[in-house]
Amino acid sequence: MSATPAGSLADPAPRRARLTVAVALFGLLAVLPLAVQFGLPSHWLTLATRAMIFAIAALSLDLILGVGGLVSFGHAAFIGIGAYGAGILIAEGQGEALIALPLAIAACALFAAVTGAVSLRTKGVAFIMITLAFGQMAYFLAQALSAYGGDDGLTLQQRSTLAGWDVFADRTHFFYIVLATLAGCHFLIRAIVASRFGRVLRAARENPVRVAVTGYDVDRVRLIAYVISGMIAGVSGFLLANQTEFVSPAFMSWQRSGELIFMVVLGGVGTLHGAIIGAFAFLVAEDVLSGWTEHWKAIFGPLIVLFVLMTRGGIDGLLRRLGGRGDD
Amino acid sequence: MTEPVLALSGLRKRFGALQVTDNVSLALAPGELHALIGPNGAGKTTLVHQISGMLKPDAGAILFRGADVTALSPQRRARAGLARTFQITSTIASLSVLENVALSAQARGPRPLALFGDAARDEALNGPARAALEAVGLAGRAHVSAGRLSHGEKRALEIAMALTLEPAAILLDEPLAGVGREEGERLIGLLRSLKGRYAMLLVEHDMDAVFALADTVTVLVYGAVIATGDPAGVRADKAVREAYLGEEG
Ligand SMILES: Nc1ncnc2c1ncn2[C@@H]1O[C@H](COP(=O)(O)OP(=O)(O)OP(=O)(O)O)[C@@H](O)[C@H]1O
Ligand SMILES: [Mg+2]
Repeated sequence: MSATPAGSLADPAPRRARLTVAVALFGLLAVLPLAVQFGLPSHWLTLATRAMIFAIAALSLDLILGVGGLVSFGHAAFIGIGAYGAGILIAEGQGEALIALPLAIAACALFAAVTGAVSLRTKGVAFIMITLAFGQMAYFLAQALSAYGGDDGLTLQQRSTLAGWDVFADRTHFFYIVLATLAGCHFLIRAIVASRFGRVLRAARENPVRVAVTGYDVDRVRLIAYVISGMIAGVSGFLLANQTEFVSPAFMSWQRSGELIFMVVLGGVGTLHGAIIGAFAFLVAEDVLSGWTEHWKAIFGPLIVLFVLMTRGGIDGLLRRLGGRGDD
Repeated sequence: MTEPVLALSGLRKRFGALQVTDNVSLALAPGELHALIGPNGAGKTTLVHQISGMLKPDAGAILFRGADVTALSPQRRARAGLARTFQITSTIASLSVLENVALSAQARGPRPLALFGDAARDEALNGPARAALEAVGLAGRAHVSAGRLSHGEKRALEIAMALTLEPAAILLDEPLAGVGREEGERLIGLLRSLKGRYAMLLVEHDMDAVFALADTVTVLVYGAVIATGDPAGVRADKAVREAYLGEEG
């Protein structure tokens, strides 16, 4: 699965190089609204906001997939729960993010704890299938929520507010809120990967037997990672609902889960910043290709497969080889 | 006689029609180096797996430090002070040698799963890890990926990982297998230096090493113990000579 070993996250040199890439990326993004003021079509600001939202979800997936070695095929469920959290609470008159977001995150944690505890009893392909099944379960549950639009989805009457302030409604403010959230999630996950917990998670991806006979409860470590990952993906969903001002079961479709895996693999599994780059590459390519033809998915799918096969280690691996810093 | 650290009583295990562990009882005293020998396929590794919790015996009991651990998971047994190495070396290849040992240091220290703080720079972990690497002669290799070590170095690393757990007993499954002469000599020296400080169950085919190191030798043939006792006595045992040592001349 992992062409780029996440274990190399432990080596100080590539770790610092990756941090540099991430910080440069955030710096570039920070000046994007300025570029819009100087004539860049504002469509790009909307697209970048959407890409950052998906980057948060892809990052969270990379924690379990790239770092932990757990290929979850139901990650979109957490986006959906986060999004419905925003939508339902707004529909019920609770538009305050300081209340709604923690509730949405708590719902994700609960869903992750229950489904993770069951899924983690299995390994390999069975794990992929069971996470897929739980994802579909969430999808059908959302379809059955007739009070909140059922199959048709739910339109948000307004965006969430932050401490009573309607910053989510302004495109530029919202952009910066999403950027700050992305940067925060990135540094949080980075810190977790480098921590004692992260070391055990990385080691268990490679050699769970060794980790167990060293005295660690591998299932518990993985469950904790799964819950953290689900909570962060929930934040992404909360923001997505606010951007689109709409929530529907399609947020949780298995295709969406597959796309998240694509983003991570495209950017470079287990590298963290790769997930961000992968999300941008995916959404920009989608945006451009869908402008050309409505059959863009038929072109895009094979392109991604080819790309991943040819680059080994995704965009991160490609860049490192071009820079002559291949670490093997 | 002192209370044994580890005691097996009436252990049985079957793989289909094959009786791999046949009513095995065995005791390991504190500080004792107990060698377990036997021909290929005798069931030595299977026995070590049962002691470390990776396989469940069909019958019998495993007592470790006076408590019945037969139903405990491998991680619970490790936390109770039981360490092991593997016949096929088992390290974390992509982590540095130092991090491999630090993983052990972290397991027995406080807050082994702390979510924050850079583990790679944690002196509370690196200090003991470095000391263990020093003890096994790997100090100069601390920052190499474990996957790049020579076979003998990997064996030494596994021993360092086991020692860092500060275990009450160590199970060593053929620590000399596949190791060259020179590295083998070094490993034998290392085991000798550990003698008396840890209770060790040593599975080994190298008879020179076994008879040079062991306090007690147990011979396993077709899953059953055919002899146990001090090295000289076992070497002289008629059944052992016929079943095992004899065939080696
Ligand atoms: N999981 C398994 N399923 C079925 N048979 C097994 C299994 N594991 C081991 N065996 C068989 O059990 C017997 C004992 O194997 P074991 O590995 O314990 O022997 P050993 O004494 O360690 O041998 P060696 O000296 O070659 O390492 C062998 O015949 C082996 O083929
Ligand atoms: Mg064996």
